[in-house]
Amino acid sequence: MSDDAVDTRRRRFLTGATTVIGGIGAAFAAVPFVSSFQPSARAKAIGAPVEVDISKLEPGQRIIQKWRGKPVWVVRRTPEMIEDLKKLDAAVLRDPESEQPQQPEYAKNAWRSEKPEYLVLVGICTHLGCSPTFMPELNAPGVKQPWKGGFFCPCHGSQFDLAGRVYTGVPAPLNMEVPPYRFATDTKIVVGEDEGTT
Amino acid sequence: MNAITRQLTGLRDWVDDRFPLMALWNDHMARYYAPKNFNFWYYFGVFSLVAFVIQILTGIWLVMNYKPDADLAFASVEYIMRDVSWGWLIRYMHSTGASAFFIVVYLHMLRGMMYGSYKQPRELIWILGMLLYLCLMAEAFMGYLLPWGQMSYWGAQVIISLFGAIPVIGGTLTEWIRGDYVVSDITLNRFFSLHVVALPFAIAGLVLLHIIALHEVGSNNPDGVEIKKKKDANGVPLDGIPFHPYYSVKDFAGIIVFLMLFSAVMFFAPEMGGYFLEYNNFVPANPMQTPLHIAPVWYFTPYYSILRANTVNFFWIDAKLWGVIFMGLGVMAFFFLPWLDRSPVKSIRYRGPLYKTALWIFVVAFLILGYLGVKPVSEGRTLVAQICTVIYFLFFLLMPIYTKLDKTKPVPDRVTM
Repeated sequence: MSDDAVDTRRRRFLTGATTVIGGIGAAFAAVPFVSSFQPSARAKAIGAPVEVDISKLEPGQRIIQKWRGKPVWVVRRTPEMIEDLKKLDAAVLRDPESEQPQQPEYAKNAWRSEKPEYLVLVGICTHLGCSPTFMPELNAPGVKQPWKGGFFCPCHGSQFDLAGRVYTGVPAPLNMEVPPYRFATDTKIVVGEDEGTT
Repeated sequence: MNAITRQLTGLRDWVDDRFPLMALWNDHMARYYAPKNFNFWYYFGVFSLVAFVIQILTGIWLVMNYKPDADLAFASVEYIMRDVSWGWLIRYMHSTGASAFFIVVYLHMLRGMMYGSYKQPRELIWILGMLLYLCLMAEAFMGYLLPWGQMSYWGAQVIISLFGAIPVIGGTLTEWIRGDYVVSDITLNRFFSLHVVALPFAIAGLVLLHIIALHEVGSNNPDGVEIKKKKDANGVPLDGIPFHPYYSVKDFAGIIVFLMLFSAVMFFAPEMGGYFLEYNNFVPANPMQTPLHIAPVWYFTPYYSILRANTVNFFWIDAKLWGVIFMGLGVMAFFFLPWLDRSPVKSIRYRGPLYKTALWIFVVAFLILGYLGVKPVSEGRTLVAQICTVIYFLFFLLMPIYTKLDKTKPVPDRVTM
């Protein structure tokens, strides 16, 4: 081969190799830009567990605690409310047995909580993230029957019973989420961690 | 006087020797030949450009006083509205401008559909235009978070949650978009960056490409006749007239009317009864309390209705994911128009009854969906939204069939006036 002839194979190889190496370099250079979109260390720290004092919570009442910027509800149910939960069945509820993984193992029961009396829920509708309204009264206007008290989402009309179980025929696909929690004492709940995570 | 003219000509020539000034001017203005039969519908392209300029100009001024911080944002907007000299006017120009932008863009798109402007050889212009539309939606969505009112907050919450419906990666993806477990200061800050830097650049670039592509193939017209097929001895289309001065002057007259209407809204109804600026957005964002009724701003409501119309699970996919899929497809469907439309003619003037009927039914369904999107849900409204959603998609899905079956009229050789 003379010195001034063009070696196209060699040229193609070099072009290809340069493109591949340059492409890999560009992909690595993109890592910090893509990663910086993730929650920062501070955002993660703010997501730490929170304590809820339930010593002053009366039966039938709800308190709201902020955890990871979301509202967490603690509802102290009356014995009638717990009894009424059994009257709602598969005909009106989408997931009465809590088959979907929307709760820790200890809340996978008829009342969706560790202790039947205390319901702990992330107060966010599973449809599009609005916060439903607490409607414990039996004669709430505008809700789908049978209604035994529960939560009604004003955004798109999803409704949940007093265990956060979703009704059928509403836009929300899942029961409301039960966060991980544990009873630190009889009157203090820690939201964000449980025996499994500590 | 002569001396000044000579000086200016000299300056022009000096620049022209170093930059293709006159070539650009001629290619895009003085010797860009546009069909002579443009009608009213051909104003909306230039109106979109005017709206874009208004948004850029007022946006630059708003950033001078706005604070992208969850603790300060709401108050800084109120500060602009009350304390900054003429701040209220600049802010209302920007908020009215957003709605005006969408009004003219929607009419611009309808023009394209009426006169077959997306058809060969203008497919790429249409695609670039659709990309512009997507960027504009992202721009509007992110901009709406910035005042940090209740609607800003909860609207963003709802829209970002849509990505959570995507299986497996949904949860991680929403955290990645928000940069937090919930819409927060971090989200506000990044949306601010994208709204004032990234997307305006993208839009400006796409506008340039849209116009370059248009000027390469030439404008369509209400007759859908290719004017480049009949040229005179100098290669000038017989039915073409130079864009400048004919259309530049005509467009200026149109722009004056547009600005009059724009000003009327801006001065007398800047909130437009809660449709341009929602009442709930005058309440500071509160992550602990959802407003009773959440509706997006009017320009997103047709797609929002499609989202809500999906209430049934089928196959192994639940209703929520279907809603997101159909909403996405609803926007993307427009991209495929150039290939779905099999009609041999472009303009609605020479199409048969099938396409005319289909297009107007589609427009009505789109408007009904838009109306339903601002209303709270009820069983009756959901049913109407479902019917309109089916019509919406049938318009696209059946297009290859009805445009082919349609009885078209012969297209004239030259444009008609």
